[in-house]
Order: sequence, then structure tokens, then C-alpha cells
Amino acid sequence: MNDALYDQAIIAEARSKTGAGRLDAPTVTAECDNPLCGDRITVDLAVQDGAISDLAHKTRGCLLTQASASLLARYAKGGDVAAARELRAAIDAFVKGQDDERFAILTPVRNAKSRWDCVTLPFQALADALADLEKRG
Amino acid sequence: MNPIRQDFPAFDRLDRPLHFLDNAATSQICRPALEALVRFETDDRSNVKRGVYARAERASVAFDDARKAAMEFLNAPSPEEIVFTSGATLGLNTAAHILQDRLKPGDVILVSLLEHHSNLVPWQLAAERRGASLRAIPVTDGGRLDLERLDELADRVKIVAVTHASNVTGAITDVARLRAFCDATGALLVLDGAQRAAHGPLDVQALGCDLYAFSGHKCFGPTGIGVLWGRYDLLDSAPPFLGGGEMIRRVSIERSTFAPPPHRYEAGTPPIGGAIALGAALAWSMAQDWDRLGAQERELAGRMLDGLASLPGCRIYGDTGTQQRIGVVSFELEDVHAHDVCQLLDSDHGVMLRGGHHCAQPLMERFDTVATVRASLAPYNDGADVDALLNGLEAVRRKLA
Repeated sequence: MNDALYDQAIIAEARSKTGAGRLDAPTVTAECDNPLCGDRITVDLAVQDGAISDLAHKTRGCLLTQASASLLARYAKGGDVAAARELRAAIDAFVKGQDDERFAILTPVRNAKSRWDCVTLPFQALADALADLEKRG
Repeated sequence: MNPIRQDFPAFDRLDRPLHFLDNAATSQICRPALEALVRFETDDRSNVKRGVYARAERASVAFDDARKAAMEFLNAPSPEEIVFTSGATLGLNTAAHILQDRLKPGDVILVSLLEHHSNLVPWQLAAERRGASLRAIPVTDGGRLDLERLDELADRVKIVAVTHASNVTGAITDVARLRAFCDATGALLVLDGAQRAAHGPLDVQALGCDLYAFSGHKCFGPTGIGVLWGRYDLLDSAPPFLGGGEMIRRVSIERSTFAPPPHRYEAGTPPIGGAIALGAALAWSMAQDWDRLGAQERELAGRMLDGLASLPGCRIYGDTGTQQRIGVVSFELEDVHAHDVCQLLDSDHGVMLRGGHHCAQPLMERFDTVATVRASLAPYNDGADVDALLNGLEAVRRKLA
């Protein structure tokens, strides 16, 4: 049962639309699809001196993806690239059961395996953007 | 309660109501199919067409009887035209394999914007191998094939491969119009019957198609089994699709000669229990009064469509009438994602729906959307299922919209 999946904390986080939008001049952009439902997120990063100075995401997705995208903006924006690289693995570990305060509001998703991809999608887009950045050197 | 539920073990022991409205994805198994499966696996389990002991004999006879049941269900002329596959997907891939050698560079396969990916991708692969291309019949705002446009699409069409009924809008295809087109152009007609087969027996001879594929799991049988019917001369005209046991006549190290259809396309040990159970499911279907079940389905579909139409912010994709359709209805609630609707309808209301692109991305694009919610009916559904759906949607709308 996923009774709490749509609790007020998740709905509020999704509606906060933290970081929603596009950047005018991103250093790197990545687009990521969820093949299950066709949801799509585009993440723009502005990177300066090893730090993510700005981040914006355009998210076409369910409430869970939107809430997760807001969390992405909260935790990656303003931080350094090295820390951002860890986020993709961290949310993966979180849905599989490892405690992580940052993602606590997403706890109900743990019981809904078919929705794990909804919350990891924004972080996958971030990881793709960072990988692209690294490739460029 | 709908009395037909007695024929479906899923309803035997329930701790909460089962408002199962995802029948277009997979239906519940009927009791005769499940019993046939258990009987085979318990009393007759052995390989077919190999053993000479009585147990193997019983298995072989039951397997052959299943093929005959599929023949009767489709009103096919002969059991040799019934190929057991793993489902509609393998059936359509096999169909594409059988027909692809007829394509020359520049030839066209006519598909449609309504197609499920399984009746699209195999043709793309065949076209690529042969230097041919795909062309799509457009879809009307009502979610039907726009057959008025057929004649302008005719140039170099060698194969027409379309759905018999849409898994998104529920529209039933006007096959007679396509048959006339094929007669005029000499094209071969392939129908994807994955949706239509769940709504009663068929007559491939009256339809006038050349190949027809469907899945067992959508028409009250088990998963992992399906049927490809094909005109014998077509089945006999192509090389095998997969190599292995069962499909050969004589094998040496250098080369083999192949068994005639249908065995040519059934390499390896078949899903024997699945085939026998499918035969039982099709026999169950043939024993039903489909005039009554069809009327029941139209009544429920009408109730659903009316209810959705009066729900604020609800957009229905496709025709809102109940004629020339199966009970498959797609819709969207304004500002609420399809998967959020589906999750809440299940957790809070016990209603099982499908959300997503329904493996029909070109159609989603045609309707300028990403994902819809789909409710689909089977004979065991009743008014309580539709009411639970409509009440649940109203509650979700209040919560999230």
C-alpha cells in the first residue's frame, strides 16, 4: 500500500517548483526520459570554478518527479561539482533503504518500486550533464 | 455482483474489492484456462510429439486440440494455419519476417498512427533490411483511422499492417474498407488483434486479412502464449524465423530441411501448458453470449464516458460514442499526471488503471500529450467498477488539481 505516497510534504515540494525553468547560457545541458511514461526532464547547469553556480530544470512529469526535481535544485545548486556527482548514487541508495535526511520526504516511494525511476530521473539528468562536462575536459 | 465472476478465480478470495480496469494490458485468467493448465502440469506433463508413452500421448492430443480451438475461435480454414507464438509481439515479428522478402527497395509498408509499438517496430526493422519505408494512415480527432485518406497513401504499398482495435481509443478498425484497398492495390493485410480478441470470437475469412496475431493473456488465458494465423501459402512461402528442434524435417551438419507450417515457426519445445490453457480460454470465450456481453460492455463504456465528460477538467481521447469500439477509454485530468491518477486510484479506491503512453508514442504525439490514463473493460466488470472509478477521479481531482 502506498497510502502516504501523496502526502502533503511531497505535494508541497512538487508545487514549490524550486529551480524550475531554463538557464539563458548553461555550461551544460542534459535531457533525460523515463521510458515507462514518457516523462522528460531537461537540466541546465552553469558551472564556474568547480561549483554549480546555477541550475534550472524543465520537468514534464508526475508529482514524484517534480518533487524530486525540486530537491535536485535544492541540493545541487550552489554546491561543488564533486558533491553533485555523489547525488545520483545517494538517491539510488536512499530508495533502496539507506537513511539520508536530504531525501526523507520521499520515504513512501521506497514501497513503490515501479515509481523509483520517477524520483531518480532528475538525478540521472544531473549525472548525465556532469558526465558530459567531464568528457569535454 | 456480475455472475460471470464465478468463472474467474481472481474474484474467489478478496479482502477488498477488485476494480480491475486494466484489461487492455492483461485480463484475468478464466477458470477453465487455469484448470487446464494445472491439469496438464499435474497429470499430463511431458513433451509433445516425442514420447510414445500414454502421458505424452495425452499431452500431444491436448496440444493439438488447443490448436483446433484457436482455429475455431478465428474461423480459420485449417489448424495448419495456426502458429503458436509467445504473444502478439512475436506473432507480429514473425509476420514481418514472413512478408519481408516480398519487399523491394522503395516499397512501402502502410501502418497507422494508432499502432502499438509491437505493430510498428517489427515493420521498421523489416523495412530497414529491405530498403523499404513506412507510411502511416493518419488518425481523426475521434481517434479513428482516417480511411478517407487511404487512396492518397497508396503508392507502392505492398503491406498494410494495422490494429484491429486501438489499445488507446478503443476504435474498431473498418477492415472491409482496408480489404477493398488491398484488393485494389494488391497489398497484403496484417491485423494486430491483441485488443480485439478479448471481445469475442473472430472470423479471419470474413475479415479477409492475410495474417492475424493476438495474445493469450489479454483474452483470459495465460501469459507467454499467443497465436499467429496466416494463409497457408504465405506461411509456406518463407524460411523459418528461429532454428531448433520441432521445426525441422532432416538435419545434417551442413544444412537442414524444414518442417511445413505451422511447425516451421515453432522451434523448440512449445509452451505446452500455456497453449492448452489458451485453448481452454478460447473455448470459454466461444461458449459466451457475446451479444449480451457486448451490450453490457457498451452500457458500461457509455456510463464511463458520460461520467468522464461531466468531470471538470477531464479530456477524453478519442470517440465518446459507444458504437464501433471496444471498452477502452483514455483520458487525462487537467494538471494531474496520469501516473499520479493511477497510483491514487489504486491506493485510495482499489481501482486498477494504466497510465502512460500505452506503447503508442506516435499517437500520443498526434494528440499532443505524453501520457494518458486508460480504463479498459472485460466481461467481469460491472457498474460498481465504473462508479469506483468516477468517484475516485473526483476525489483525486479535489486532492491534486
